[in-house]
Amino acid sequence: MSAAADPAAPRPRSALRRLARRKLAVLGLVLIVLTVLGAIFAPWLTPYDPNEQMFDGLTITGAPMPPGGQFPLGTDLLGRDLLTRILYGARTSLIIGIVANGIALVIGTVVGVTAGYVRGLTGAVLMRFTDLMMAFPALLLAICLAAIFSPSLWIVAMVIAIVNWVQTARVLYTETTSLAEREFIAAERTLGAGHMRILLRHILPHLVPMIIVWGTLGISTTVLLEATLSFLGIGVQPPTASWGNIIFENQTYFQAAPWLVFFPGMAILILALSFNLLGDALRDVLDPTQRGRD
Amino acid sequence: MAAYLVRRLLVSLLILLGVSFITFVLLYALPADPVRQIAGRSATAQTVENIRAQLGLDQPLMVQYWRYLTGLVQGDLGRSYLQRSEVSELIAARLPATLLLMAGAIGCELILGLTMGIVAALKRGSATDNTLMIASFVGVSAPQFVVGLLLLYVFAVQLKWFPIGGYGTLAHLVLPSVTLGIMGSGWYSRMMRSSMVDVLRADYIRTARAKGLTRARVILRHALPNAILPIIAMIGIDIGIFMGGIVVVESVFGWPGIGQLAWQAIQRVDIPIIMGVTLVSACAIVLGNLLADLVTPFIDPRIRLR
Repeated sequence: MSAAADPAAPRPRSALRRLARRKLAVLGLVLIVLTVLGAIFAPWLTPYDPNEQMFDGLTITGAPMPPGGQFPLGTDLLGRDLLTRILYGARTSLIIGIVANGIALVIGTVVGVTAGYVRGLTGAVLMRFTDLMMAFPALLLAICLAAIFSPSLWIVAMVIAIVNWVQTARVLYTETTSLAEREFIAAERTLGAGHMRILLRHILPHLVPMIIVWGTLGISTTVLLEATLSFLGIGVQPPTASWGNIIFENQTYFQAAPWLVFFPGMAILILALSFNLLGDALRDVLDPTQRGRD
Repeated sequence: MAAYLVRRLLVSLLILLGVSFITFVLLYALPADPVRQIAGRSATAQTVENIRAQLGLDQPLMVQYWRYLTGLVQGDLGRSYLQRSEVSELIAARLPATLLLMAGAIGCELILGLTMGIVAALKRGSATDNTLMIASFVGVSAPQFVVGLLLLYVFAVQLKWFPIGGYGTLAHLVLPSVTLGIMGSGWYSRMMRSSMVDVLRADYIRTARAKGLTRARVILRHALPNAILPIIAMIGIDIGIFMGGIVVVESVFGWPGIGQLAWQAIQRVDIPIIMGVTLVSACAIVLGNLLADLVTPFIDPRIRLR
């Protein structure tokens, strides 16, 4: 009847269809799309500039304006519109989420697949190095790295990538070692296929579902790590808006103006949650070892 | 078993050696000059050079690292540049607070996570199950500094149930523990649910039911112990995850632990302290993983360590 009748190979279309049946995954996807649209169309969605310190943006006593009226989510300590800064902050989160996680995914894939396929000394050295990275307290390492380089958007992305590739490497290593011992790889080898051909044409395609899953889940971790670094003041630097540094800039005032923590905090939570929901559903749909469980 | 232990300890030592080397190289490359910080702005070039020589910072990288290592095997983590005291003493003074916070967080994780997981597994497929699993996702996705600040706002500023920050009484411990534990409780509830679901499907549960035991007895005596044990083994791995969280949580709540120590040291370029805390954290992570592996055969005799 349909592609779903073939249980051996998950066809992309059937996987998509199964994904569409999961309400939480669809919810996650919708929220991600909304965030992306908000980030792209930020200049048209709000009449204000993210860095404009408006003279009517503070109360007479110089305090931030509470949510409502002219400023839907209120203003920050400097009289800037909070909604505008959150919309522009979405750009920061998404750029770092995609770039940092993309780099981490590439490093993780190269290390994991190489170690799993080559084995021997090279593989052992690569995996021991991965173990070593696992023993590093990730946030401390990120903080040290961010302190070494003066932090900017791209440096923060690099720092997060250096910290975050380990999980992918381990997962793909395990998967590659078991793939490399399968009959069809041995058959390819007897047919005279070179290592590059086997890796690119036969092993990598089998890993794509896992890479998609870990890539999606990784964006969630990345968004949280960027927010944390920016909250500590060593991530994305003001005046560039980032959800983490909005909270960093305003936290001294949070008792009087809790919305300055609440709204950006919710933005971080919702984006991280969306990628987690989507990634988890993708894992159920794409990862054959998870199938049949719930 | 003994051979396994010896090999694992050796590998752990090598990992720690690697961590110490990488941290050392990273901090060596730090552009901020610690000597300038110590000497102050008005120091002459001669004074700066004297201090540099005194601290041994004029030596090549490998010489400095070797000296650090030889100190390390004698339990000497060096002296703080700015606080004029031994790093090992500074860390030892701060460690109890951090351990207390971690104990609180583990308690919070287990109580929240296991309860959620067990309830979800027993009501599998129901609305309760779905709600609990969404809640666990929220817990995993919530940034700790936001959770901390919001808990502070609601329970300390508005309701005044708990103090705003500081250290000392049990009331001080509650909010930081919950903040640190909430992420883990998300993971625990998901693992507990799937572990419990697996156990409830097992043949011996069906046998227990067939014998005519009450539902409560089947769950409490037959299912729970078997479902919980593999989850308990994960506590070791948690310690590593906490090590990152304490920097944030301790800074939000003003908790006087090693996370705060590290954070202050990073801001002041006090390299020996950063080194020391990184090494202590790495030790905790390695030990935690080792512990998690070592307890598994006791929990599940089918697993043999080789």
